Amino acid sequence: MSNSAHTLLDEALGFDDDGDDVVYFGSHNALGGAAGGGGGSAKMVLIKDCVETSGAFILHHLIKRSLSPNRPSDVVVFLAFAHPFSHYDRILRKLGCNVGVQRETKRFIYYDMLMPKYPGLGRDGEKGAEAALLHVYGNIQKTVELCSSPEGIKNITIMIDDISLMEVTVCGSSNQVLDFLHYCFTLATQFGCSVVILSHEDVYSSMDRPSLQRQMEYLANVIIKAEPLATGLATDVHGQLTVFNRGFCQGTGNSKTKIRNFHFKVKENYVEYFYPGSRT
Amino acid sequence: MALNKPRTSSFSRNVSTVSTSQVPGLKHGPNGTVFLSSGIADLDKILGGGFPLGSLVMIMEDPEAPHHMLLLRNFMSQGLVHKQPLLYASPAMEPRGFLGTLPNPVSSKDDKSRDHDTEQEKTLRIAWQYKKYFGEQNLDSQRDGKAEYCNDFDLRKPLDRHALSGQCIDCVSLQDSPNLATLYERCSTFLAQIPRFDGNITSAGRISIQSFCAPQCEFSDKEWDMLSFIGSLKSLVMSSNAVAVITFPPSLVSPTVLKRWQHLADTLLSVRAVPDEDRELAKLLTGYQDMLGLLNVHKVARINTQVPIILEATTYSIKLHKRRSLGLECLNQAPVDASSGNSYGTSGSCSVSTKTGALDF
Repeated sequence: MSNSAHTLLDEALGFDDDGDDVVYFGSHNALGGAAGGGGGSAKMVLIKDCVETSGAFILHHLIKRSLSPNRPSDVVVFLAFAHPFSHYDRILRKLGCNVGVQRETKRFIYYDMLMPKYPGLGRDGEKGAEAALLHVYGNIQKTVELCSSPEGIKNITIMIDDISLMEVTVCGSSNQVLDFLHYCFTLATQFGCSVVILSHEDVYSSMDRPSLQRQMEYLANVIIKAEPLATGLATDVHGQLTVFNRGFCQGTGNSKTKIRNFHFKVKENYVEYFYPGSRT
Repeated sequence: MALNKPRTSSFSRNVSTVSTSQVPGLKHGPNGTVFLSSGIADLDKILGGGFPLGSLVMIMEDPEAPHHMLLLRNFMSQGLVHKQPLLYASPAMEPRGFLGTLPNPVSSKDDKSRDHDTEQEKTLRIAWQYKKYFGEQNLDSQRDGKAEYCNDFDLRKPLDRHALSGQCIDCVSLQDSPNLATLYERCSTFLAQIPRFDGNITSAGRISIQSFCAPQCEFSDKEWDMLSFIGSLKSLVMSSNAVAVITFPPSLVSPTVLKRWQHLADTLLSVRAVPDEDRELAKLLTGYQDMLGLLNVHKVARINTQVPIILEATTYSIKLHKRRSLGLECLNQAPVDASSGNSYGTSGSCSVSTKTGALDF
């Protein structure tokens, strides 16, 4: 399968053709992690989408990339707020990645965060949600510490499939979500993990001070924005991606944010990326 | 390559699922989904087969016209025809009264004559309209062959009383549920009685919640409570054989919350009234007189797949076939000079996408 097919998205993210040479590209690779050992800096990727165009396919792409056979030391910690495991299993199977097996070999660590109970039911609804978040954080921390033990250094990617639903589970207390994010970010900084977050931009666009959105944007090294074309949706162009990659400053101080913009078409087993007008 | 590995994931295709095709009212779709009918054949066709089980459908109401009720009535009546358990919640004090307004299915004999009539009618249409009728004939013949997946409903005839007796219909008034916990519990006990997804689906449930955030309800100012209710209802429905339809007036929720709701919905529709005397629109569209209203499809459920479903058109006109059953049609632009075509397109009050015009052809 087209495992090592190099796409425009990989290029914009700073990935190389052969995913095995992580050390070399570690310097400016958004998701390469610090393969040389712990103590690197955290990499954070923020995916922003809207009602018309879903950005979930980028998550699928990144999961598949991390779990590909030529990156055996990668571990994905996945917090699913939006879809059940069967949804991801089916999609990734079609992409050529069996997350069921990876889940058993502990390379794909899946946390089901779907709301099992209406939080308003018990009196401790909100507290319960907070406790649940804390519990999950504790688990993530344990996983990361275990994976970063000296005998088996691994690249860990923490993925959250819908941060706006995390806000819903804690009944709108965005401070708790921010706390969670900062814990994760600190953990990621300490152990050189990557954090990938999917967020819905249009939810925050009408807010006065969308502190969550702004803080995420501030922390992110790479921002990927998925939006529909200005002319609406079409069958051969499903939308456009704008990738802001801040990972290119090489210590000289003059940070260069690379901005790429291209169109995409999502298919079952791969996604086509192309520059506007470049398709025949 | 995935095939060589042992199938140890939670998903494995169960051979016994084949038998579910015999269950009336359920139809297999792509990616292991099972559809149930919305009660409107045209809407099923637009959505690629109907509403997938385990999905949350949200309908944005029009403040001026109760078109959402047409969709809800057909949805519920279809459930009654297939003897599926139903739950209906509305802000009315006596939600059971709604059951008296459900339309009666058109008997199959009448149905055939209707198909025949409309087909004849179609062939008489002028040539530039022919494109949208492609492939319609074979669908009709399929429908005649098997037990009907989707019936036609006569909006003028209320459902027979005896059709309601002996059926599992739960009615809830939203006013009885000051903090949504009661409603949630009713929904969860309702869903618990439907057998879960275990490969062999025998029945499917339908939940309809009408005018969810209407000001009569005490919870209508608690945005986060409503959000977490929708979120938890969604996860409930996701793991059971049911479809939940929620209609709500979008003008009553703040724009941020509205967006969150739209993200939560698997399938997102909106209905809109057509103004009685809109000369400009009447000039622009053919068959304007027969239109009841407009239906917008904003989002089509995407379960077990990452590929978005892009429809040819997102705006459809709601019409009555033979003055009795609901139908949807693509908008047909009247053959006028193009210069007047741009003048309309500012009144997209409930259209999600601001970039595209209110109408697209």
